Amino acid sequence: MQKLRDEIVAKCKALLEDGTVDRVIGWEKGLFDYDCSPATFTKENIDELVYNEYCGSNLSKYLVKESKAEGNVAVLLKPCDTYSLNELLLEHRVKKEKIFVLGIPCGGMKDEKGELLMKCNTCKGNEHKIADEVMDSDLTVPEARDRFELVEKLDGMTPEERFAFWQGELSKCIRCNACRNVCPACTCLKCVFDNHASGIDSKANADSFEEKMFHIIRAFHVAGRCTDCGECSRVCPQGIPLHLFNRKYIKEINELYGEYQAGETEDSRPPLANFTKEDAEPSVIYEKGRD
Amino acid sequence: MQINENGEFRPTIVAFCCNWCSYAGADLAGSSRASYPADVKIIRVPCSCRVNPMFILRAFERGADGVILCGCHPGDCHYSTGNYYARRRMTMLFGMLDYLGIEKERTRVEWVSAAEGAKFSATMNEFVSAVKELGPNRKLRDLRCKN
Repeated sequence: MQKLRDEIVAKCKALLEDGTVDRVIGWEKGLFDYDCSPATFTKENIDELVYNEYCGSNLSKYLVKESKAEGNVAVLLKPCDTYSLNELLLEHRVKKEKIFVLGIPCGGMKDEKGELLMKCNTCKGNEHKIADEVMDSDLTVPEARDRFELVEKLDGMTPEERFAFWQGELSKCIRCNACRNVCPACTCLKCVFDNHASGIDSKANADSFEEKMFHIIRAFHVAGRCTDCGECSRVCPQGIPLHLFNRKYIKEINELYGEYQAGETEDSRPPLANFTKEDAEPSVIYEKGRD
Repeated sequence: MQINENGEFRPTIVAFCCNWCSYAGADLAGSSRASYPADVKIIRVPCSCRVNPMFILRAFERGADGVILCGCHPGDCHYSTGNYYARRRMTMLFGMLDYLGIEKERTRVEWVSAAEGAKFSATMNEFVSAVKELGPNRKLRDLRCKN
């Protein structure tokens, strides 16, 4: 890993030296070993860049802001992060001509306890979907498990059990908005949850309904655009399995409108911004589970 | 939700009706004297795809017991394609409500054209009685909101 990190730094230095880019988005070391935070580097401090098994965060969202600033910017993206970048390019959130994507290999990322991150359990594979250059390495990604396992388990429960499950999970929510802020698909300049007139902006949940409303709407806004990068669950300070909302939408979209992986290509059409005349009627939902 | 003097439960139903078909369908139901329960409160929207999922959740929060969205038949949208998008969105939203354990019978989408006054009244009668059977909506209410 150290060797790979040195190669990455050398590559970034070369990019900064020959003027291809002015800044590099990478990770810097925090207080603890497991604490690697996203940071922007220039020629002066590029040596502080780290890359180890705790660099789980997805850096593609930072490009929204960075690609609008002056100068070009390089970004380090793991294979799964490139899906998010494709989605951002598709939505014209990132200026492609101002970025340089350095694809870096990944061998699975860990959380602070040293366990594999939730998102790495359902790894998307070794391939960078978009990259200007990919670093060589012998790292291999962890084996992927079925990502819909838990969603199917929930689907199999009775509505009362499901309601109790979500009541228990969502009542932990402190509305810190971390899930929204970290999500690479949540890039609205003005968020519906920042609207003062709505009565539900930036405040703690006052009752059980507000908890659910926030999470239903948050997941709905990224439905069909969510690449299942798992950042929402990773950053949740309360440990709410938020990815289960996104995966429910993904599963439903796959079943009703055909398999779709957001961010797979740069020019696909998100299923909720699309239709066919033969689409299922909303009543399929009531018919499900009745037979 | 209302309880009338006989102790009978009267649901509050919010019906989002598209301006071009269903709202005119409701008009026709009125002018042709087809009756439907007064529990149905109609909100006119320019197109069924104007309905944001938040509207539906908001209606529940503010005390609705059932929400029904009525639009033009697929293919007949005044704006050509609006109801196709609405159809996908509502399917997704209803699936999520079901996933959270909320009774799926409280939400519905029906296509009602301007010539279908009888269908409008039959749909509303049927939906109101279905929601009446489910009882008051407790899972999705803001408990601070009174009627």
